[in-house]
Amino acid sequence: MEILCLGLNHRTAPVELRERFAIADHEVGVFANELGRQEGLGEGVVICTCNRVEFYAASQNAEAGFAAMERFLQGRGMDVSGDAFFRYRGKEGIRHLFRVVSGLDSMVLGETEILGQVKKAYQAAQEGKATARHLNKLFQRAFNVAKEVRTNTNITRGSVSVGSAAVELAEQIFGKLARCTVMILGAGEMSELTAGALHARGVKSIFVANRSYERAQSLAERMSGKAVHFEQWPSEFSDVDILIGSTSAPHHVLTHSQLAPIMAQRPARPLFCIDLAVPRDIDPEVNRIDGVYLYDIDSLQAIADQSLEVRRQELGVCEAMIAGHVEDFARWLLTSGTPRDRDEGGAGELRSVRGGI
Amino acid sequence: MDRISLVISTLCFLLGFAYTMYALGARVYRGSPLNFCAMVAGFGFQTVWLYQRGQMVGRCPLGSLFDLLVFLAWSVTLLYLLTGTTYRLSLLGALTSPLVFLLQGAALLMETPVAVKSGTPVKPWLELHAAVSVVAYGAFALASIAGGMMLFQERQLKTRRLHSFFFHLPPIQELAAANRRLIYVGFSLLSVGLLAGVLNGVAHVGLLRIVSAGVWLLYAFLCLALRNSTISPHRVSWLAIGAFLILLLTVWTVEIVARG
Repeated sequence: MEILCLGLNHRTAPVELRERFAIADHEVGVFANELGRQEGLGEGVVICTCNRVEFYAASQNAEAGFAAMERFLQGRGMDVSGDAFFRYRGKEGIRHLFRVVSGLDSMVLGETEILGQVKKAYQAAQEGKATARHLNKLFQRAFNVAKEVRTNTNITRGSVSVGSAAVELAEQIFGKLARCTVMILGAGEMSELTAGALHARGVKSIFVANRSYERAQSLAERMSGKAVHFEQWPSEFSDVDILIGSTSAPHHVLTHSQLAPIMAQRPARPLFCIDLAVPRDIDPEVNRIDGVYLYDIDSLQAIADQSLEVRRQELGVCEAMIAGHVEDFARWLLTSGTPRDRDEGGAGELRSVRGGI
Repeated sequence: MDRISLVISTLCFLLGFAYTMYALGARVYRGSPLNFCAMVAGFGFQTVWLYQRGQMVGRCPLGSLFDLLVFLAWSVTLLYLLTGTTYRLSLLGALTSPLVFLLQGAALLMETPVAVKSGTPVKPWLELHAAVSVVAYGAFALASIAGGMMLFQERQLKTRRLHSFFFHLPPIQELAAANRRLIYVGFSLLSVGLLAGVLNGVAHVGLLRIVSAGVWLLYAFLCLALRNSTISPHRVSWLAIGAFLILLLTVWTVEIVARG
């Protein structure tokens, strides 16, 4: 028995091509079922995300299996003859799936969203009665491998975007953000993204101050916050824990001499300043004040880059872990049974996957 | 006296210490049951040793620097185990094992003082005074660890050079809160201990009285400043470390008094 994988992803095809092969979520299960019923194939799973479309099948004969997959997809109006499509068989196919679910094949190395997407794809295939012994075992093992890789390495460590780095630092200062008040100075795109990430973590309240009050109101509504007139932001400032500066002012909006007396009134309460503006909104000297932590766009980007580097350094360890599991699974495949014994193990594994999503 | 249980206990803390160092070095530190199990086992052997020692001297074993160091290590471990799961599983908990190992290791470098059963009857207030005061010292020791970690983390944040285990540290505000709580707990226990000493008439020990009063005043000032929120966590941390170092000096005072 061989595991076959045919597909394309963000490395092999641009979005213009990938979108032509996209399959709607509600069709994935039926599609997988029909794929698995083709002559020469037994079982099928279809993974379709914004970065990849991949078809998995189990077959006794790899050449005949791939030919059956191509015929089936051709019949669905999908021309898979181009260079953008990769074909993996045997250990290569197993390894590819293990790398995908572990986030090693993702656009952002180590991202974890893919695991949930693959679990959903597998669940859809299960519900479409498209899987049986081999793919059930393969996907179950893949989820275990992903868990092991995530738990025992730093592949998911740190934040790899400016917004998430800011959120992570905020959590490192305040712990849970539910008691934090955020103030945004300047309703720009970057400040909105960062505030959105903080809002998603459940901050207590958000104030938005902008030269254009209408724009402040619009952003405040989206963040369930409160708009304030730009001239009035200092009066609302004493209760703020996180300040995001993103105005287009040519000078510092917040200076050391402004902030020092405010911080003296609240010595036990830190202030995290995120300066996303260029030129900068916040005087770098404020970082000298006790309890004030200032990060500008460059320092946040540096943290994101550092995290990505840490993840890259972990690649070797992850690959070694995966290699062991590939060998193990390939040995099991050698001794496994017929291609289409669908009743075996399916129901229990479906329950287990549902629990994991 | 056979030191086997004390040696095993110290080895348990060494294991916890070594694991923490390895995990931090390998950048895979996570709250591990290994460190916790090592601490529990170490605590068990410590307790056995102290019980045996107490039986031999016929009172709470606090009559020498050797005994004091072991009892202080026991107090730190006890507080570590009582402080709660979140604390235990964090790096703050993991860094307790090195402190306990150092305290007990220092004790093991000394000769075990000959245990002489005192002919005088046990004075309960005196026993309470000594034991509760040392447990208070344990709380101050943990407060100084929390303070050290808070300063380390703050420095990383200020300089924007984040070490790989930065993200394993508890949040700054939680460390500040832990520091505050431990200082309050330690101060309450120290006050009870001193009161018990006064009731027992320990006041005749001149040098010890002055040192104890000094330590009490130092922590009273810290508690007052914390209560009125007039001091930043940064300064509290420095004071917690400084006060504990002064407090360690008082341990030598006890030795001098014991010899005197």
